[in-house]
Amino acid sequence: MYQSALPQSFGASFTAGIIDVLPLLVGLVPFGLIVGALGIQSGLSTGEVMMMSGLVFAGAAQFIALDMWGSAAGLTIVSTTLLVNLRHVLMGASARPQIVHMPRWLKWPFLYVMADENWATVMRRARTHGDLTPGYVAGASVPFYVGWQITCYIGTQAGSVMGDPATWGFDFVFTAVFITLVFSFWRVDRRSAPIVASAAVALAAEHYLGGTWYILLGGVAGVAAALLTFKREGAT
Amino acid sequence: MTGNTLLHWMNVPWIVIAGMALVTAATRYTGYWLLSRSSLSPRAEDALKAVPASVLTAIIAPTALATGVPESLAAFATVLIIWRLPALAGIVGGVVIVVALRHLSG
Repeated sequence: MYQSALPQSFGASFTAGIIDVLPLLVGLVPFGLIVGALGIQSGLSTGEVMMMSGLVFAGAAQFIALDMWGSAAGLTIVSTTLLVNLRHVLMGASARPQIVHMPRWLKWPFLYVMADENWATVMRRARTHGDLTPGYVAGASVPFYVGWQITCYIGTQAGSVMGDPATWGFDFVFTAVFITLVFSFWRVDRRSAPIVASAAVALAAEHYLGGTWYILLGGVAGVAAALLTFKREGAT
Repeated sequence: MTGNTLLHWMNVPWIVIAGMALVTAATRYTGYWLLSRSSLSPRAEDALKAVPASVLTAIIAPTALATGVPESLAAFATVLIIWRLPALAGIVGGVVIVVALRHLSG
């Protein structure tokens, strides 16, 4: 499915990346506001919240860490962060074949800011077009990183007036965004086994183990299902 | 340094944040470094392609499927909407439906 053999300019592919990641920014806005507000509620200063958003840049981990802040020891918070983010190991491994030939100035920063959404956007592009360019990777990532900083900052300043996020369904935006991402991957390869296995194991792990193990275990289950259902002729 | 001082430092906000940043960066670079493409079988390469959908599904499965009827119905509706319409319509539709159903179910 090569769309074109012509090399695209950096600007053109940067724009293409921005356009593809834009719908996902819709999900980032309420999430960033909530994390910023939660940081202040948890007793952190604006500077500390922004340090976390700038250096950690991992929405789910930040949310869970801030929720634990004050009631849990620092070491527990760091360990939980590690557990929630272990999925990045799988993500980084899957991204390697796509970005390994790209310049260092691009791939090292990209890995540092590799979040579910920009990584998924990049991986989808590689799957549908096959012509992944540095400009596209940057275009899918830069707005996402900058948007996270801006919305978190607004959250720290305006958090108290927002009230309960559930009232507006903001808590569900995240879920809806991820459903559209999963669907866009399914649409490319029509493989349901990894998705079903991941959902089943994640549900069981969340129910029986508690905590955040379900993220890693579900992901591993999906990969295992892919290994088991591998068909050579079906592989592209 | 006594145990108490160490314990104190380990709970200073910026040190906890730096620790979070460190372990998170480690997770982001580790997978990339572990993998050398030449050693991958077609089967393993194929399995890596299943990582995105698997990881993303795991993150949302408890919220989408085990929180309550409004969330599950809204998740289902989101899939139906994006079958034909753009992602943005599905996101907005799903959120509107979850808010409506939560009001209905009190």
